[in-house]
Amino acid sequence: MTNSSEQKRYNEKLETKLQEIFAGGHSKYHDKQKEQNKLFVRERLEMLFDGGMYTEDARFANCEAGDLPADGVVTAMGKVNGQTVCVMANDSTVKAGSWGAKTVEKIIRIQEVAEKNRVPLLYLVDSAGARITDQLEMFPNRRGAGRIFHNQVKLSGFIPQICILFGPSAAGGAYIPAFCDIVIMVEGNASMYLGSPRMAEKVIGEKVSLEEMGGAKMHCSVSGCGDVLVNTEQEAITQAQRYLAFLPANFTVKPAVKETVSAKVGPALESIIPENQNAPFDMYAAIDALIDEGSFFEIKKLFAPEIITGLARIEGQPVGIIANQPKVKGGVLFVDSADKAAKFITLCDAFSIPLLFLADIPGFMIGTKVERAGIIRHGAKLIMAMSSATVPKISVIIRKAYGAGLYAMAGPAFEPDVCIALPMAQIAVMGPEAAVNAVYSNKIEAIEDPKERMAFVMEKHKEYKEEIDIYKMASELIIDEIVSPSNLRNVLGERFRFYETKEIQQPPRKHPVYPV
Amino acid sequence: MTQVKSTMAGTVFTVNVSDGEEITNGQVVIVLESMKMEIPIESEKDGKVATIHVNVGDFVNEEDVVVTLED
Repeated sequence: MTNSSEQKRYNEKLETKLQEIFAGGHSKYHDKQKEQNKLFVRERLEMLFDGGMYTEDARFANCEAGDLPADGVVTAMGKVNGQTVCVMANDSTVKAGSWGAKTVEKIIRIQEVAEKNRVPLLYLVDSAGARITDQLEMFPNRRGAGRIFHNQVKLSGFIPQICILFGPSAAGGAYIPAFCDIVIMVEGNASMYLGSPRMAEKVIGEKVSLEEMGGAKMHCSVSGCGDVLVNTEQEAITQAQRYLAFLPANFTVKPAVKETVSAKVGPALESIIPENQNAPFDMYAAIDALIDEGSFFEIKKLFAPEIITGLARIEGQPVGIIANQPKVKGGVLFVDSADKAAKFITLCDAFSIPLLFLADIPGFMIGTKVERAGIIRHGAKLIMAMSSATVPKISVIIRKAYGAGLYAMAGPAFEPDVCIALPMAQIAVMGPEAAVNAVYSNKIEAIEDPKERMAFVMEKHKEYKEEIDIYKMASELIIDEIVSPSNLRNVLGERFRFYETKEIQQPPRKHPVYPV
Repeated sequence: MTQVKSTMAGTVFTVNVSDGEEITNGQVVIVLESMKMEIPIESEKDGKVATIHVNVGDFVNEEDVVVTLED
């Protein structure tokens, strides 16, 4: 039995300890954070969770050390949009958010909690990397930092994993974002790199700024390691909440269907698409005409913009859109665009988000530069991802699909649930000009009279266009449906509802050999 | 000096600006023909056209400078 004064002392001690932990690191580090327009880790968590409420594990980690509150990481459970999620969040006021032995153990434990409860896991990263002084306890062992990545791989496709990068993510730590489904980066503060600029200068002699080598903008537009670039921490958290609303808690559940919102009032689809097959148009305007207004969540907007990938809703139903952008590089597929689309398709397929392909594609890029960069290998990644996706897949030929472009955009051979063409669509190995040249080049050159030559070419163009006429394609059961542009949104909404029960069993095997 | 670079390999189809012209961010400076498509190459800055490096019919590679601007 304790008397009341002893009890009071116990309570006071607990209260003091809690206050120390909640305060985070030394005030000078808080001041530094403010200068960088960064929020304290607990402010980030309050902003993220519904009602600012969360339950924390291992809060007292290293509480005896004095200067290591929570050992520099908060691991918590709470609700986002009413859905339970787990979070690990670095505290950069404590030893710059670096990882000690307890930090690593806490991260591993919250991963285990997320796995057992089958709920999404968010990584709020702001960390200088490993604490070299602790390396024996946190680096090489069975439950060392390597286990965090091992767990991430195990959890990939099992539960959604989201990374918000508020600050650095250095060296080995840079693999946390790399194994997440999506990475949101705050411009100016977020960075990802294996070796710091200082190390690069020492080891390989390169002089480079952090922003240039591993900054948020670079990763979101050049390397493709970042998916969403934002200006502020508040915006980063809002985007994470928006993204989560599209996803189920885990792979066994389907994503939620919301109320239908009508499409944005704007130009009709038929007025957006030019009749001239070669002229560019803006695919974003076409997407706006098809989706519920305000629902688009774009992924990798700044990276390989010749293909557009993003989550959206059509009559309330979540869909993943893969659309060629004729306005950029003619919508031709390159190494990076193939890679971008492959990862996006894998994401959607993992979490039961149906796929909508909007094709206006002259094909894969040709030429020395792309061949040397492995366009065939990267194209194979995209085709394998699309081909092995078992979610409902709708392929729409908006204007044209030539060559392997037809294959990449879920053409008829890849078992889309339906292949729809708009009335002006063309499907062919190549466009009329290229085809006539390929077949008749000797004959064309042999005709001396320019007028006669032109007449011959025009005649062959006409014959070719008849050969690839869209009604002929439909008559031969190559495409399943021809739809007027003004009807397309309704047709898509209806068909995605019909395919809701689709189920395909994969052939019995361990896994395919990925053409990574 | 700002350089406007080609975004992909192709042949110059039209040159849409002239020497000394004041142009704005997002304005199309040349149109390429590549993969049977017309590919607009846009300026990413405001500026005055100092040099046009290409003529209609020229082959340009990805990253080649097509127009230089005075800032």
